[in-house]
Amino acid sequence: MSDSLLHVGTRKGLFVVEGAGADASVVDAHFVGDNVNLTLTDGRDGTWYAVLDHGHFGTKLHRSTDQGASWEEVGVPEYPPKPDDVVDIDMWGREREWALGGIWALEVDPATGGGLWCGTTPGGLFHSADRGRSWVLIDSLWNHEVRPRWNGGGLDQPAIHSICVDPRDAASVTVAVSSGGVWRTLDGGASWNPHTNGMVAAYVPPEQAEDPENQDPHCVVQSQTRPEVFWCQHHMGIWRSDNDLESWVELHAKPSSFGFAVAVHPDDADTAWFVPSHSDQKRAPIDGSVVVNRTRDGGAEFETLRKGLPQSNAYDLVLRHALDIADDGERLAFGSTTGNLWVTDDQGDRWHTVAQHLPPIYSVRYA
Amino acid sequence: MARVVFTRNLQRHVECPPVTVDAGTVGDALSRVFAEVPHLKGYVVDEQGSLRKHMVVFVDGEQISDRRHLTDTVPENGEVYVMQALSGG
Repeated sequence: MSDSLLHVGTRKGLFVVEGAGADASVVDAHFVGDNVNLTLTDGRDGTWYAVLDHGHFGTKLHRSTDQGASWEEVGVPEYPPKPDDVVDIDMWGREREWALGGIWALEVDPATGGGLWCGTTPGGLFHSADRGRSWVLIDSLWNHEVRPRWNGGGLDQPAIHSICVDPRDAASVTVAVSSGGVWRTLDGGASWNPHTNGMVAAYVPPEQAEDPENQDPHCVVQSQTRPEVFWCQHHMGIWRSDNDLESWVELHAKPSSFGFAVAVHPDDADTAWFVPSHSDQKRAPIDGSVVVNRTRDGGAEFETLRKGLPQSNAYDLVLRHALDIADDGERLAFGSTTGNLWVTDDQGDRWHTVAQHLPPIYSVRYA
Repeated sequence: MARVVFTRNLQRHVECPPVTVDAGTVGDALSRVFAEVPHLKGYVVDEQGSLRKHMVVFVDGEQISDRRHLTDTVPENGEVYVMQALSGG
C-alpha cells in the first residue's frame, strides 16, 4: 500500500518509512552512501524517482517501476551552449556556466502523459514528456530579461525549488526561485510574469526591497482545493496570497517566522504548518527546542506544537523539502540536518520519533 | 596509442575498465572512450564538454591545464588517468 510509505532523501541514501504515527519505522534503504536530494512518486503509474547528486560525477536521476526492487538511471536536464553574444554574469562577477548544477524541484505535469517538471540550478526550468528520459529547457523563462539578475540563495547560483501545477489548469504553473522571486506561466510555459507584490527583502538596499527578483521564497505551496491560495515561507518570514497571486500578505508567527519549509492541508487552504528556526542569523531552534507551528485560520493565529519533540539541547534545522503532508491531511513528517525524523498522524498534536541517527535529511515525501 | 584509466570510484556507477585508444589530445582520448561507453560521458564532463568541477585528469603524471576544451596533448604511448579530486570531498 504505497499510501503508507514515506521517502526520506539524505546525504547518504534514500530511506523508506512504513507505517504511521507510533508505528512508523524505516524498512528499506536505497543508494546507501550516495547523496539523495529529492524524490518524487508519480501517482499516475506508481513510478518512484530519486535525484542523486554524486558531487564529483554530477547530478543523476533514477527511477523505479517496482517500488525500489530495481532502479534505472534516466536522463538529466542539459543546458544548451551559451551563445557567444549572450552576456550572463552572475552575482560574483563571473560568467555564469550554462551547465546543470543540481535538481531542486521535481513534479508531475498532469497535462502530458509521462510529463515531469524539473527545477534546477543555475535557474533553468525543464520539462520531460517521457518520464525523465529526455528534457527540454523552458527557453521563455531562461531567456527572460530578468533571469540573469537572479542570485544565489544558499547556493552560489539560483535554484528553482518549488513548482506548483494549478489544479484548475495544468498550463498554469508557478515556480519559486532562491533567490529570484515567484513566477507564473498561464500558457504552459510560453510566457512568464513575476508575482511578488507585497513581499519585501531586507537584505538589499531599501529602494530594491520590493523588486521581484530580489525576493527569496524558500518554499511555495499552492492549495489544491482553493487554488487561489498560496503559502510562502520566505527568507524574511511567512507570506500568504488568497487572491491568485495578485498580492501577498505577511503573517507573523511566534516564536519565529523564519524557516525553510511549509506544508498545506490538502483539503483546507487555511491550515498550514511551518518549522521555525530562531532567525536568519541563528539557524537553530529557539532555546534548543524543536517546534512546529500550525495555523488553522489562514495565518491569523499560530499554535506552537511541541508534544513528542525534543525540548532541550536540540539544534535541528529543517530544510525546505524536508516537511511533507500526506493526502489524508492527518499525517505529516519532517526531518532535520541532524538526522532526526518525526511523524504525526493527528496533524501535529503529537509527534513520534522515527529515527535519530539518519544522515542529514534533505527531503521527506509521501510516496 | 594512449592508455586511459578511470578512477575506481567511477566503477561503482559505470563499468569503465582501462582502454587503449588512438588519440592526440585528452579530448580525443575521452571522446573515443565515450563513443564506446556513452553512459560514462555525463560522469566525467558536463553538457558543454568541460571536465566536471571536482574531476582531474593527469597525462603521464601531469595534471592537464585545459579543463574546458581538453586540448592537452597526449604523447604516443601516453597514460591518461581520470581521477576524482579530493576537493570534492
